[in-house]
Amino acid sequence: MKYVDEFRDAALARNLAAKIAAEVQPQRRYHFMEFCGGHTHAIARYGLAELLPASVRMIHGPGCPVCVLPIGRIDQAIHLALERGAIVCTYGDTLRVPASGGLSMMKAKARGADIRMVYSAADALKVARANPVREVVFFAIGFETTTPPTALVLRQAKAEGLKNFSVLCCHVLTPAAITHILQGPGVGPAGDVPLDGFIGPAHVSIVIGYAPYVPFALGYQKPVVISGFEPLDVMQSILMLVRQVNEGRAEVENEFTRAVSADGNRAAQAVMDEVFEHREVFEWRGLGEVPDSALRIRPAYAEFDAEVRFGLCYQGVPDHKQCACGEILRGRKVPTDCKLFGTVCTPENPMGSCMVSSEGACAAHYAYGRFRDIPVVAA
Amino acid sequence: MCLALPARVIERSADDQLLIDLGGIRKSVSGALTPEAQPGDYVIVHVGHAIGTVDAEEAERTLALFAELAASQAAEDQA
Repeated sequence: MKYVDEFRDAALARNLAAKIAAEVQPQRRYHFMEFCGGHTHAIARYGLAELLPASVRMIHGPGCPVCVLPIGRIDQAIHLALERGAIVCTYGDTLRVPASGGLSMMKAKARGADIRMVYSAADALKVARANPVREVVFFAIGFETTTPPTALVLRQAKAEGLKNFSVLCCHVLTPAAITHILQGPGVGPAGDVPLDGFIGPAHVSIVIGYAPYVPFALGYQKPVVISGFEPLDVMQSILMLVRQVNEGRAEVENEFTRAVSADGNRAAQAVMDEVFEHREVFEWRGLGEVPDSALRIRPAYAEFDAEVRFGLCYQGVPDHKQCACGEILRGRKVPTDCKLFGTVCTPENPMGSCMVSSEGACAAHYAYGRFRDIPVVAA
Repeated sequence: MCLALPARVIERSADDQLLIDLGGIRKSVSGALTPEAQPGDYVIVHVGHAIGTVDAEEAERTLALFAELAASQAAEDQA
């Protein structure tokens, strides 16, 4: 496929790996966080970690929207379907995320909840049109990539005067999460979580542009390279980060020039701005409450806001005691440090959020890397 | 979740829908977020919406960069 296959060439990947190995300085360690789950998935799936020299360590960040969705929000969606009789439409990724009381949206469905998987926010609107006597709620999750489509359906619902449609808005913001990581305990030269730079999101940056990352480069002196999701993109971005570290620079560089500009997609930003405003605080799974890190529906669209319409009150729910997702999302632990990893917590039966989506650090390591650390012994 | 793929635009209809071709599969997606996308362009498709366009020249430039790297590597290997 065009713009996909060319960026997966194995020989070129080996060249890039050789270049990185030649440019890393001896005695120096490089710790880069890939914020986005898409990169985590690519690094695991294409075995990129193996191509890198031992001194380059990749840390999986909190940029998997399913992974950072708190239990309390899924409980709200299940409550709407089971107790309030609403049809809840959602992206497939959220269905298996563990919720309270041993439930998930999938298990609630088995108990009779009318929960439907949709491919697009626009499909949720179709469900509402087709079921005028039922309440239809779109459970909207995701970063800035998924937000503009939600904004479009809210605008459309208002234009049509739909009376039975609302959105449970759980959209979150990328720059706020990066700030939270940088301000977290232990990050920095003296801390136990060394962080030398970020691989910036590909698709989020199509929408917001690369300008919003400038404060991280300037204020925190952390280089950021916006990277595409194909393996060659990721390798090239790591090379660019290594060069910045070597030269003592901290700038925002854009590897994904074929799709990302400084300002991003203005049309998408305009519709988001019309429909959403910032929340003062939002709970993230694993990170706790993060100020100014999420969006809610503006009062002008209150009749389509499920929280207002159903009088919902958010109730936080603690994670499983043994689950290390929080520490993994902060780069303080790796999946194999977790007692539950691969034993009680597997992709078939996830306990923590990092095991649910294939973009989660635990699921990616389980699927592609769990035999990597075991030495090969001749029979 | 943030899975998105580049697809070629076949046609743009008046209601902001784009007919796209994704490796031989044709599908209709919303073009409301990419008013500039025209037939022949490549758009990045995510959850049924084209969220951005692919700059063909920039894509070529990135590939040329990789090729240059391959050439310099080959020269180093020979040396």
